[in-house]
Formats: sequence, structure tokens, C-alpha cells
Amino acid sequence: MSTLVKIPAAETPNYLTEGRGIRSWLLTTDHKRIALLYLASVTVFFFIGGIFALLMRLELVTPASDLVSPHTYNELFSMHGIIMVWFFLIPSIPNTLGNFLIPMMIGAKDLAYPKINLASWYVFMLGGTITLYSMFRGGVDTGWTFYTPFSTIYSNTYVVGAALGIFVSGFASIMTGLNFIVTIHNMRAPGMTWFRLPLFIWSHYATSIIFVLATPVLAVTLLMVAVERIFQVGIFSSELGGDPVLFQHMFWFYSHPAVYIMVLPGMAVVSELVAAFSRKTIFGYTFVAFASVSIAVIGFLVWGHHMFVAGTSIYAAMYFSLLSYVVAVPSAIKVFNWTATVYKGSISWDTPMLYAIGFIGLFTIGGMTGLFLAALGIDVHVTDTYFVVAHFHYIMVGGTIMAFLGGIHYWWPKISGRMYPEGISKLSALTVFLGFNLTFFPQFVLGYLGMPRRYAAYPPEFQSLHVLSTAGATILGAGYLMPLIYLFWSWHYGPPAPPNPWRATGLEWQTSSPPPKQNFEITPVVTRKAYDYEGMKDELGLV
Amino acid sequence: MSSALSSTAQKLMLREQYGTPEQQRETVTLGMWIFLATEVMFFGGLFMAFAVYRMRFPQGFDEGSADMSIVLGSINTAVLIASSFAMALAIHSAATGKQYRSVWLLLTTAFLGVAFLAIKFTEYYQHYEAHKVPGIWFETSKPEAGAMQLFYVFYFAMTGLHALHMTIGITLVIIYALRAAAGSFDSEYHTPLEALGLYWHFVDIVWVFLFAIFYISGLHT
Repeated sequence: MSTLVKIPAAETPNYLTEGRGIRSWLLTTDHKRIALLYLASVTVFFFIGGIFALLMRLELVTPASDLVSPHTYNELFSMHGIIMVWFFLIPSIPNTLGNFLIPMMIGAKDLAYPKINLASWYVFMLGGTITLYSMFRGGVDTGWTFYTPFSTIYSNTYVVGAALGIFVSGFASIMTGLNFIVTIHNMRAPGMTWFRLPLFIWSHYATSIIFVLATPVLAVTLLMVAVERIFQVGIFSSELGGDPVLFQHMFWFYSHPAVYIMVLPGMAVVSELVAAFSRKTIFGYTFVAFASVSIAVIGFLVWGHHMFVAGTSIYAAMYFSLLSYVVAVPSAIKVFNWTATVYKGSISWDTPMLYAIGFIGLFTIGGMTGLFLAALGIDVHVTDTYFVVAHFHYIMVGGTIMAFLGGIHYWWPKISGRMYPEGISKLSALTVFLGFNLTFFPQFVLGYLGMPRRYAAYPPEFQSLHVLSTAGATILGAGYLMPLIYLFWSWHYGPPAPPNPWRATGLEWQTSSPPPKQNFEITPVVTRKAYDYEGMKDELGLV
Repeated sequence: MSSALSSTAQKLMLREQYGTPEQQRETVTLGMWIFLATEVMFFGGLFMAFAVYRMRFPQGFDEGSADMSIVLGSINTAVLIASSFAMALAIHSAATGKQYRSVWLLLTTAFLGVAFLAIKFTEYYQHYEAHKVPGIWFETSKPEAGAMQLFYVFYFAMTGLHALHMTIGITLVIIYALRAAAGSFDSEYHTPLEALGLYWHFVDIVWVFLFAIFYISGLHT
């Protein structure tokens, strides 16, 4: 992409060694350090949410509600959803990898607003603390969706506390999105035109648009829920003169686009991985770039497909059904283009590539079952069953978390300056893939056979499928623990990483590992398109 | 990437992540515009919910709107538009190098903002006296009591959020007036003032819409 920058001598301080002590981390404005603060935080939230999931799976081993009471079970799935959606999936890739890489990929010294970036982490942690606090005070049993009137009149749990935590953390999302948009517009290095940007940047740009336009609607909706619950005035509850369906409209106006907040950054990572490990320019760059933007735009127009059985008009349902099919088109374009990129590529099966291929397969299954759910007739049959649960876990867990782990492995040498152990990490990628499918594939069958979601007890004929799913969850849990352990290990003991261990294009690989505080010794000048493996053959040492 | 740094203020204020003052200026204004887009969506959710219920309960919402004092509302609208005018003049003065005048115009803006809030809270007190606090103390002899209470819910929520935005705005205007008095801005560098101006005008425009839906819509009753 540009001429190679001179690698600084070993004793030059990098972003990890420049400034030591807890203060230098808590008051840092370096986007790379803030990314690591976020990485530590979301990892903690991920394992908290994961423990809830494991407890649920254990409860579901037997048909009777015996391990935990039905009420506790309701709280478990609610807190699992709330923690995973708002405190892991939404910030997972944008605030860690996005934060670390966006300035480096465009050749900038930092994000446009470094202080707002740090503030966003504090706001996020404040929101997380409030939510965890209300959880330990007694939890929430409304589901992550907070449907009225249950959440505002009948639920006797800490709804306002949990909602307040989400409300607060929403401002962290807004700050991040705003920061990314302005950075991508105004901070690009000389020669870095829009169509030379890596696709990682395009996808994060699309994500940021959703961050800034959808999150405020969730904020105001939760505000109204809190007002109704505290003052008992009817906004969303028919008992008090309000309209519960209006709540669902407003909630899903945020929460459907939020699905794309979760998956677009995953697509961002996979576009990089597929090109890097096929050593080929991405097939149909412009199509993939505009697919990201159109997913963000059309994603705002499909929220009604969550409400096909909520009593909305049949004409509205037809419109939302049609647009839900339309939004699948850009996603399909991406899958086709990744596949075409791999075709006749010089493929190597390093761990990140295993995760990327896993993403493509699982995302395709998740996406295709999404089309089943967009069909009005089938949706009525499987609404609120495990079919829906399996569908969105294929997107969020099979998609986003696979991409997250793939990205963490791929950029780990850049982040830590160390190589991770390749053998065990391949094993973990395989474990995650197998564990995931064993957990969630039986749930498609369960749902199709009529097992509703959100119940602690079920008829005995569903037991064998539930046991399979729980067995898978155990394997999946082990698969997630492995990277946690060996990545920590490699942080100290891994072999030192060269600046460009994958021989990949991209400005982030042209500076040292780990990078200096200001990312580049000299601001790079970009003269090439992204993924120009043909043109950079000699520079990268590819045969 | 190099550009002549012509004034002292610019040199002082250029942050390390930017290459040039122009880049910093564009970044600040673009950021403010995007922030205002999030604000539009934030208030937009409330406006949408208000519209849904107004169409569902036209009579109750008219009864609620008829309670509003059109005189105080109109005065407040005039006060706020005048404050926006003062803000625009303050930025113009800063841009043309009249820093002393800019400080006074900023203080005028803040004063008009405080006047707006004073009138607004007088109205709140009148609603309290008339037992029109939804959920806590709400009494009316009108037939559509439930819908009327819903009107008041939106009234307090939306004007309250607007007042919160005003309070933040006034605080910032005073801080910027002090910074201007300390000589932080000049004709070359006054980008933060421009961004503050965008925010102030936005909050002003929100009020114009609030005035229309709460005060004017029930005038005929």
C-alpha cells in the first residue's frame, strides 16, 4: 500500500513501555491502550454472561425445573442477554480491534477525539457497574427486551437499575461512533482515498452510523420505560392508557440495527483475514464496501419483523417481510465475494483463517435461517421458539465471536508484540467450532418441534436434544477458556513478533510490533489500493 | 501536510493528533454536526411517541394544550430566538476580531438563556399549583383525564429534557465567555465557539417545535 517505513531500533519505546504504572493506563488517551482497557472489560463481561448461559444449560439437562427455580431461570436468561448484548457483543469488536486499528489502518496518529475515546470507556464501565449492581441486588426477569407492560407494572425486579446501566453505556456507543466517523472522514493519511481504505474501515464506518443514529432511540425508549415504572403513568401499558406495541416499535427500531452493530464489525475482520490468508486482493472491493453501507441503511427499515405476531397490520408485516429479504442481499454479496477471494488463492491455514472460514459457514446458516424467519407463514409457526434462539446465536456467537477471536489472533502479534502458540490455538478454533454447532444446531430442531424459549421446564420428549445442546455448551466453554489462557501466557512468554508476521498488506503491518505511541515514525504516504498483494509481492517477500 | 501557523492562539490550541489547524477545525465542526444528528434521533423518539398519542387521543391532548399559557410560551420563544441572534453575533464578532464585543454578546446569550429557564420554571410552578403533576398529584374536571395526564407526561419529559440541554448550554456559554475574555479566541481560531453556536441554535430549534406541539396545537379550544 505504501513504501515500507523504517523499523525503529529495539530500544525505542513502544506504546506498552512508554509510561508505566496504573495511572499511565487509567489516564491514557492513546487509542491502543484504550482498546486494551476495553478488551479486558469486555472479556470480563463475556465470562460473566457465559456463566449465566452455562447455568441455564445445566438447568435444561432435565425436563423439570430442579437446579434453579423458574424465577431464577428468568433472571438468568435476562441477565445473560443484557450482559452479552450491551456489554460484550456491541463493544466487542469496534471498541477493541476497531479502536486499536482504525487510526493505524488509515495512517493517523490517533482517533480524532482521544479524550472522548477515554471518556467512552469510563462511561461504559459506569453503565456496566450500574447493571452489575442491580444484578447483585436481585437481578431482572424481563428478558433483555424489557417488554411492557411486564417491565413497567408487573415485574418485581430491578428493571430501572438495569435499564439505567444500559442507558448510560449507550452514551459510550455514541461517543465511539462519533469518534470513528470523524476520524475516517478527516484523519486519513495523504493518498488514503476512500477507495483505498481497507474494508475493515468501511464496515466500521457503517457500524458507526448505526451507533450514532440508533442508540439515542434506545436511550429515549428506556427513559420512557423508567418514567412509566416510577410514576405509574401510562406511556406503554394499556392498563394505564398507553400502547405496548409502540414500545416494541421503538425498542426494535434500535435493537434490530443493533444486530448489524454486532455483525458488521465481524464482517470487517473477516474481509481482512480472508484477503491476508489467501494472499489475494479481495474480490469485488466496491461491492463489499457498499454492501456494508447498504446493510446499515436497509437495517434501519426492517424492525417490524420482530412484531409479526404483535398485532401489527398485515400490510406493514408484508412490507417488513419484503425488506427483510432485501437486507439479506448485501450480506450474501459479502459471502460470495469472500468465497471468490479464497478461490485460487495461496491459502494458508493459520488460526485466524480457521476462524474466518468458520465465520463464513456459520454466518451463512444464521443468515439463511433468518430468511425462514422473514417469511410470514414460517415466522408465525416458530415465533418465540428455540428456532429463533438458534438463528440469532448463529449470527451473534457463530458470527461475531468467531470473527472477534479470529481478529484477536490475527492482530495479536501487533497488539502484544508476541506470537501466540499456533498448535493449541488451532485446537481451540476447532473446539469452538464443534462446540458451537453441537450447542445450537439441536436448538433449530427443538424450535421447529415447538419448544418455546424462556422456559425452565419442558416436556420429556425434548430431553435428548437439550442434553446434546448442554454437552455442546460445555465444549464451547472449554474452547473459549483456551485462548484466554494461552494468550495470557504468550503475552509474557511468546516468541517476539516481527512487524509483519503474516506478510499482509495494510498500514498497520508497516510499523513495528508493538507500535510506537504515535503509530508511525513518519506519517505514511499511500500510493496503492488496499490488498494489493500482486503489486507488493516483492516487498512482502511472497513467492 | 505543513501549513503556516499564523497566530499564537492556533499554535497553542493545535492538538497532537492533528496535522494542520484546518484539519482540527473541520474535525470539531463535523463532530458537532454528528452529535446533533444523535440529538435529533433522541428528541425524535419522543416527538414520534407524542404524535402517535395525539392522533389517538385528540380531545385529551387539546384539553392539555389549552392549559398552557400562550403568553408565557410566546415570550419564551422570543427570548430564545433573541439569544440565538446574540450567539450568532458573538461568533461574528470573534471572527472579525472584536473580542471584547464577543464576550459581552456571549454573556447576553447566557443571560437570555437564564431568563428562559426562569419563565419556564414559573410555568412549572403554576402547573404544580394547579395539581397537574402526572402520576403524583393530578386532578382535573375535564372528561379525558387519562389522555390529558399523558399529554402532561410528554410535556414535562420533553420540556424537561430541553431545559436540561439549556442548562448545559448556559454553562458552556459562560465558560466560553470566560475563555474569550482570557484571549483564547481570535479571528483565526474560534472553532469551539462555532461548535457551541451550532449546539445553541439546535436547542433553540427544538424549542420552536415544542412550542408548536404543546402551546399552539390547543389554541382553538
